[in-house]
Amino acid sequence: MTSRANAILLAVAVLGLAATPFFAEKFYVQFFAKLLIMGIFAMSLDLLLGYTGLVSFGHAAFYGASAYTLAILTPQYQAANFWTSFPIAIAVSATLALVIGFFVVRTHGIYFIMVTLAFAQMLFFLFHDTKIAGGNDGIYIDVRPVAKIGDWQPFNLDNFVHVFYLVLVFFVIVYVLLRVILASPFGRVLVGIKANEARMRSLGFPTFRYKLVAFVIAGAIAGVAGYLSSIQFGVVNPEMMGWHLSGAVMMMVILGGMGTLTGPIIGAAVWMLLELGLQGLPKVGSVDLGKHWQLWMGSFIVLASLLLPNGLLGLGASLLRRIGKQRGKPDA
Amino acid sequence: MEFSTFLIQLLNGVQYGLLLFLVSSGLTLVFGIMGIINIAHGSFYMVGAYLAWSLTGAIGNFWLALPAGIVISVLIGMLLEWLVIRWLYHRDHLYQVLLTYGLILVVEELRSVLWGDDVRGVDIPKILSASIPLTENQSYPVYRLWISAVCLLVAGLMYWVIQKTRLGMMIRAGASNREMVQSLGINIQVVYRVVFAAGLTLAALAGMIAAPVSAVFPGMGNHVLIVCFVVVVIGGMGSVKGALIASLLIGLVDTFGKVVTLAIGGFKVLPELSSMTVYVLMAAILLWRPEGLFGKRL
Amino acid sequence: MPEVVLATQGLTRHFGGLAAVSGVSLEAHMGQLHAVIGPNGAGKSTLINMLSGDLPPTSGRVAINGCDVTGLAAHQISRMGVGRSYQKTNVFLAFTAFENCRLAAQSRRKTSMQFFRPAVNLTEVNRSAEEALAAAGLDGRAGSVASALSHGEQRQLEIAMTLATRPKLLLLDEPLAGMGAEESASMVALLKKLVETHAILLVEHDMDAVFELADRLTVMVDGQVLASGAPAAIRANAEVQEAYLGESHE
Repeated sequence: MTSRANAILLAVAVLGLAATPFFAEKFYVQFFAKLLIMGIFAMSLDLLLGYTGLVSFGHAAFYGASAYTLAILTPQYQAANFWTSFPIAIAVSATLALVIGFFVVRTHGIYFIMVTLAFAQMLFFLFHDTKIAGGNDGIYIDVRPVAKIGDWQPFNLDNFVHVFYLVLVFFVIVYVLLRVILASPFGRVLVGIKANEARMRSLGFPTFRYKLVAFVIAGAIAGVAGYLSSIQFGVVNPEMMGWHLSGAVMMMVILGGMGTLTGPIIGAAVWMLLELGLQGLPKVGSVDLGKHWQLWMGSFIVLASLLLPNGLLGLGASLLRRIGKQRGKPDA
Repeated sequence: MEFSTFLIQLLNGVQYGLLLFLVSSGLTLVFGIMGIINIAHGSFYMVGAYLAWSLTGAIGNFWLALPAGIVISVLIGMLLEWLVIRWLYHRDHLYQVLLTYGLILVVEELRSVLWGDDVRGVDIPKILSASIPLTENQSYPVYRLWISAVCLLVAGLMYWVIQKTRLGMMIRAGASNREMVQSLGINIQVVYRVVFAAGLTLAALAGMIAAPVSAVFPGMGNHVLIVCFVVVVIGGMGSVKGALIASLLIGLVDTFGKVVTLAIGGFKVLPELSSMTVYVLMAAILLWRPEGLFGKRL
Repeated sequence: MPEVVLATQGLTRHFGGLAAVSGVSLEAHMGQLHAVIGPNGAGKSTLINMLSGDLPPTSGRVAINGCDVTGLAAHQISRMGVGRSYQKTNVFLAFTAFENCRLAAQSRRKTSMQFFRPAVNLTEVNRSAEEALAAAGLDGRAGSVASALSHGEQRQLEIAMTLATRPKLLLLDEPLAGMGAEESASMVALLKKLVETHAILLVEHDMDAVFELADRLTVMVDGQVLASGAPAAIRANAEVQEAYLGESHE
């Protein structure tokens, strides 16, 4: 599939989604919002995984960092200001990515995977084991941020439809932003680094710097997703930084097809539908299939990583090729 | 600090370090020989602890439960290698990480199905339940000394295997290279299965002997796995010697870090914060030697 | 005397206890081709890796245009006007020939930390890339994906990428490796043309090509310089005959 075909497909999907609040129930509107948030999160990881070749297993750290920032900025029983808390939260995620990136980006391959996971878990344990922001129970954001400019309030975050459209707008912004960045001189350098970092160095590119900036951009965008998630659900907990989320988002990227930007969005959708479906599995006799949904999810991950190296987009493309070939064959 | 307190903390640090070595040596061996990164490694530490609990309950004797648990762990390891791991040898690390991440979910959920989600405890076996008095009101439990002894014994055994056997020859050569190994006339498939099972059993064994002093609970392998990553990053991936030194380093830094923060702080938050010291250590090593103390320069 | 672009002094590299290169001092001049020859394992590739910054020397010094660059990183040395090609073809196989050169040319911009302007609109860079492709004789294959090029064309692309970084000094590691007679001839012609405007340090096994191209020759054996001088003098050198030329010239 070409990237143009992807973009057209995506535009149609976005328009379709934009219409959902007019006919869908609250549950589905919120589900789609969550799906789009995960889409933003997965796209941010794709910048590292699919375009720079940095396999980060700690990406949830930046997702959780901005969510915690909002929780800490929100005074008890009062609302935070959206226009200040949002940029601050993103700045915190970006700064954290800069600090962690400064240490991890100098490692390669398997070390990078382990070190990103270790630093993310460090943050997880920091919030899980201490009393900061509610410890392992997490913390509720009792009152959602207010987006007032003077007396005018362009949107109300207590209204789930408004939240949905806000998420949709951010989703489109992030997608376009990443496409622009990937086509820029900077983006081309990243793709070159993924293909052959040593060659990029000998061509005169200080690759450390570029990888670090990519890490920061991805962290900041993950922060956008984390912030949106915390206003949608009104709760922040250590799990938002945990490796289950880091693993899940990695799986979304791989499942859809990394290095495509659209693939991770599809991966996010498939993942969340799967999660919903598996959790809703019925009781068979004395065995509650839905309660142990992680067992099926785990088995699915094992199978998918064995059978789908190029993701669903790759699978689709090779199926299309095969059909094309068969059509092209003369009837013998 | 009084000498007896210092001695207790020193012994605790060494014991924690040696236990870490048991787990992390399995991780580093499997990577060094097979080129496989198994992030489900920590889950088998948990499996070991649950095996100790359920087998001790079923058999009624810790000393019989231990060998039974080892046999079961070896079998699980061989089965897993045959079932899934062997498809990963030529795959990118990314897919190894994903697949073994899937294994974590499967193992954790199977644990929930088989053993439930409650926190369990294993009694310290009678012969080792004594404590050695150090001062009037301080003493050191014999069982913890026994843990250290077992770990040292295993470390010695590993040293012997690595230095004196043909398998060890490959490990020293850093042979993740199939042709070279096959040219030595060794059946690589069998070696890989044995090594994977051995690595997994090291983690399970650590879980079994730690069970009587730490509680047995869901997700107990996660923290251990992360600390093992820190060990391997500091020691150098694939180096057993590096794993030993880094494990002891972390055991001591962690233990004394807690003591020092308690002594100077007294804040309620700080003891937990002190567990960050090992990550600070890792960060410093990354700046100084990104490939670890005994790793090969990339 | 033509301008000295590269000068090394006592360049040495140890791997563990083994000296792969020891005490190598040589120069490369503008408009001249300096060939380094020697049997396999003589340390020629290690030498090039030290010159390009891919490998830090154990001791000794490297100067480019009179500046001491010893211990600088590969990207810094590249930016001083040094371009290198690799013994094993080292191009971006998934990119088109043009994109390979475009990326190489992009490295000459002050920075590539530009996020919002499409890279394909950098006219200066595009021109450099096109010139480099033309100079290496690949202008007809600009749109082809590198993996679809023939071995000879990939070797040309390797040179084209190097040229796109507008170097003064070219470090070429066996550019003729694995080439057929016809491909070799055109590569030799290309090198003849390039030497007019560059200083070239060439590592090569093809003796006919070396003696045709070189203005100066250095023979390395066991990491050390055995002899250095004009091609005619080297050809006449009995020691070289015995150590190296005799065996390889059946």
